[in-house]
Amino acid sequence: MFRFAAARIAMAIPTLLIVAVSVFVLIRLIPGDPAQLLLGDLATPASLADLRASLGLDRSLPTQFGIWFSHVLKGDLGLSINSGQDVLSLVADRFLVSGRIVLVAVALAAMVAVPAGMIAAWKQNRAPDLLLVGSATLLVSIPTFWLGLLLLLLFGLKLGWLPVVGYVGIADDWKNGLLYLALPVLTLFLHEIGVLMRMARASTLEVLRLDYITHARAKGLSERAVLMRHAFKNAFGPTWTLIGLVLGNLLGGIAVVETVFTIPGLGRLLVDAIFARDYPVIQGCLLFVAVIYVVVNLVIDLCYPLFDPRVAVE
Amino acid sequence: MKTMKRKKRIPLNALIGIVIVGLIVAAALISLAWTPHDPLRINFGSRLKLPGGRYLLGTDEFGRDELSRLMAGAATSVWIAVLTVTFSIVAGSIVGVLTGFLRGWTDRIIMAFNNALLAFPGLLLALGLLAVVGANQYGIVLALGLAYTPSVTRIVRGTVLSLREKEFIESSRVLGNSELYTMVRHVLPNCTAPLTVLATSMFGWVILAESALSFLGLGVPPPAPTWGNMLASARPFMAQASYLSILPGLCIALTLLGINLLGDAVRDWLDPRMKGVQ
Repeated sequence: MFRFAAARIAMAIPTLLIVAVSVFVLIRLIPGDPAQLLLGDLATPASLADLRASLGLDRSLPTQFGIWFSHVLKGDLGLSINSGQDVLSLVADRFLVSGRIVLVAVALAAMVAVPAGMIAAWKQNRAPDLLLVGSATLLVSIPTFWLGLLLLLLFGLKLGWLPVVGYVGIADDWKNGLLYLALPVLTLFLHEIGVLMRMARASTLEVLRLDYITHARAKGLSERAVLMRHAFKNAFGPTWTLIGLVLGNLLGGIAVVETVFTIPGLGRLLVDAIFARDYPVIQGCLLFVAVIYVVVNLVIDLCYPLFDPRVAVE
Repeated sequence: MKTMKRKKRIPLNALIGIVIVGLIVAAALISLAWTPHDPLRINFGSRLKLPGGRYLLGTDEFGRDELSRLMAGAATSVWIAVLTVTFSIVAGSIVGVLTGFLRGWTDRIIMAFNNALLAFPGLLLALGLLAVVGANQYGIVLALGLAYTPSVTRIVRGTVLSLREKEFIESSRVLGNSELYTMVRHVLPNCTAPLTVLATSMFGWVILAESALSFLGLGVPPPAPTWGNMLASARPFMAQASYLSILPGLCIALTLLGINLLGDAVRDWLDPRMKGVQ
């Protein structure tokens, strides 16, 4: 187990390095003086000269990368051109908003989708399966931003149950905060049910074909015991991996949902930064999400041996 | 003796998928030659007209005909998807063949880079690239194309590596064909099946990603209509004209549904091992 964990962590390091290089190169690809880009309207001849010196712009690219990377390791991602705020604390604040929504939605979706997918596989090609697969395919085909708009139309405008625009932080006022989070969570929840159910069904189908399941049935075990005790552990693996990917993808794609519900999250921060050409914030967001993505998938992989010990042995 | 005629029935879901995708592509093609009204003509006299009458699906906040805009939007989305998928398949195949062919350090470095890119949410990568290339139609093609290239590279390289020591490849070399010719003539055709499966789902991803980017305002800039930017501009008029928030999204969802159904069918057909597994 220890060797497996060490190997898996070692595998994440080159990925993180390449991510760092890419984010660094991104800014260098934009025509113009990086110092000017990073300071934007705040630039004065003195501050430009300062930044050029601290970024080492007169030195070679690898040295520049080294300097930049050592800043990053110290948590110094620079200052936002727009607001002058420290990028790291800005990104971290916004991440708390988005992360909460994504995590709750995916956890709830997994709780519904995994049993539903297993039932669908168990009843393959019969009415419950067709119904479940049909609704899953329908759910994954609905883009989250449209689903969000439809829910907003229904619950916000027609029924008037939930607020249409605005946002209240859950820390400031938890009752109202929850109301503002309900629709975004519901939107992502419905979408991810479709994604996860398709995977849970597929992997359960594969497992149900294996000999040990036939053997378990031949022993006279109840279908319930076959599914819960024998099929579940092996069938859950691929879904578990997908949960990690989904969490990361949602962080990358949550901007649309945050736009629909006017939530000040990480996705919106990135999109606004792209509009404003606020390069330190763009760099910070990309780097932050990429690191979270790699770390989430690392944690998912490290948990994998808990239900499939073979992975650790290999 | 009577020859046994193997009847191949097209599964129902594939049929539905083909019909939906066919209709969307037809609407896109027709819009190039004809739309009921000019999708760009502003007419404040007929703002926010409800569906029915002269304007079959109503008009938007500038009095532009919604149906014409939906058709023109289909053309934009399909065109961008075709360009992007082609870009990824071509670029990914070239890189995949090269790495599988050269092996050694080139392969290791390119694949480390490739895997790092794969370990990165596609839309996020596209957003980062858009920050560099700028938000416009061809910026999207470049950004999404580059974002999806690594998946193609991985499939092509895998096929190249699994085939390069096979007898029929060996005999092509023995015949005196150059390594590159062998790759292109004999190895690459074996990638067709997995690449077709990938391309089908990629088509759906691109349509979704393009509409998401346009919805965010980072895609095709107005006044050119796309389903994404139509949804974005409909948002302030949700209470008065809810159909403006419903119709473009319905088009996106229908297209994705069609492609998903078609994609499942294509995979069952080309990769029978996966049959019934979704």
